[in-house]
Amino acid sequence: MTKLIASRDLDWHPPPLAPAYRSSQLRSPTQARLHYDPTTTEMTGPSFGHDMLGDLDGDLILNYAQAGQAAIGPRIIVHGKLLDEDGRPVSNKLIEVWQANAGGRYRHKKDGYLAPLDPNFGGCGRCISGSDGSYSFRTVQPGPYPWPNGGNDWRPAHIHFSVFGDGFAQRMITQMYFEGDPHIALCPIVQAIPSDKAIDTLVARLDMDTTIPMDIRAYRFDIVLRGRGQTLFENQMEGL
Amino acid sequence: MADLKESPSQTAGPYVHIGCVPTFAGLEGMFGGQDLGEHMIMGKPEGVRISLNLKVIDGAGDPLTDAMIEIWQPGPDGTFGPTNGFSHWGRQPTDSYTGDAVFETLLPGAASGQAPHLFVWIAARGINMALMTRIYFPDHDNAADPVFALTGDRAHTLVATPVDGGFTHVIHLQGDNETVFFDV
Repeated sequence: MTKLIASRDLDWHPPPLAPAYRSSQLRSPTQARLHYDPTTTEMTGPSFGHDMLGDLDGDLILNYAQAGQAAIGPRIIVHGKLLDEDGRPVSNKLIEVWQANAGGRYRHKKDGYLAPLDPNFGGCGRCISGSDGSYSFRTVQPGPYPWPNGGNDWRPAHIHFSVFGDGFAQRMITQMYFEGDPHIALCPIVQAIPSDKAIDTLVARLDMDTTIPMDIRAYRFDIVLRGRGQTLFENQMEGL
Repeated sequence: MADLKESPSQTAGPYVHIGCVPTFAGLEGMFGGQDLGEHMIMGKPEGVRISLNLKVIDGAGDPLTDAMIEIWQPGPDGTFGPTNGFSHWGRQPTDSYTGDAVFETLLPGAASGQAPHLFVWIAARGINMALMTRIYFPDHDNAADPVFALTGDRAHTLVATPVDGGFTHVIHLQGDNETVFFDV
């Protein structure tokens, strides 16, 4: 059987157990993951059409705000490309994001942090990558916040990403961080990733070319899914 | 061609429900007030309807109440569709109190060369990279399935338990009955 999706380099990702991240202690399987090459089951997955999106789904500044109002905080565009490991754009794939508000508070019944909720900020958004793999959100920059991990732990400002690929083997969840945040080096969740080089790929860069004067700054964040073999790529081209 | 590396995974954190099932999380009206993947059956497709009740148990024996589970499965004809009235894909939060995640779906058929199964994908706080596992059904020739056969004396951790109206299945993250997870 032709291998259609490149193997995952497990050493590039955080291991299941990262003791300094306390929640992983009771939630990490202790036995090694059993490997098999993707079957039809994992080479396929759900597809989503642009027509499912509402006008404001990708605009976190407005998608929970009352009419005429807007979320509070530094206004930012988060944009980039969804690519595979061969640098090919991954088009028409659902990207979902969620985050704390500008004060570092999530709209969730279990988040009791001191920072107030913003009545005009929900904290989630979604979009679908374009034909060139590009995607874009508007939001407010989330704040860092403290979290219960046994010490004086603060999460760096971050946005969670859930991303679909052509097949479930490419499906992933990750987090985007912001260039220059000193908490990145202190965070046990980030530092569970084995190499600084890998961590660096999750750090979005200020993008002045896309920044709109007197309006909104931009951060650039490219997302990379596992590579797809030539055969699958050719099949998809035929299907277009 | 560029030579890039897959973006490293990070945990979905304790608030994955905000992003993936916002209506369940209490963000009233978000995305039209309908959580994606909540309903797998949208018409009257042919096939056997089942209710699949999943639970994920941590190393202390407690159910995860902040997880998100997705399933992807063949339809009754063993293909991945598209199938009229059936999405093949479902997404459910684990309940905030009981930890139950309930999927109303169709009994899968045998995909080519494989026994009937569902692919399961689990994201939650404390899980650094989403877990991949499968669910098989009793009273099938599962041993002939190449993935099932890989699991040896741990194969029983992948087999669902029949109950009235469907199946239940408990996924153990640790312990004597630790479920088999895959690197696919």
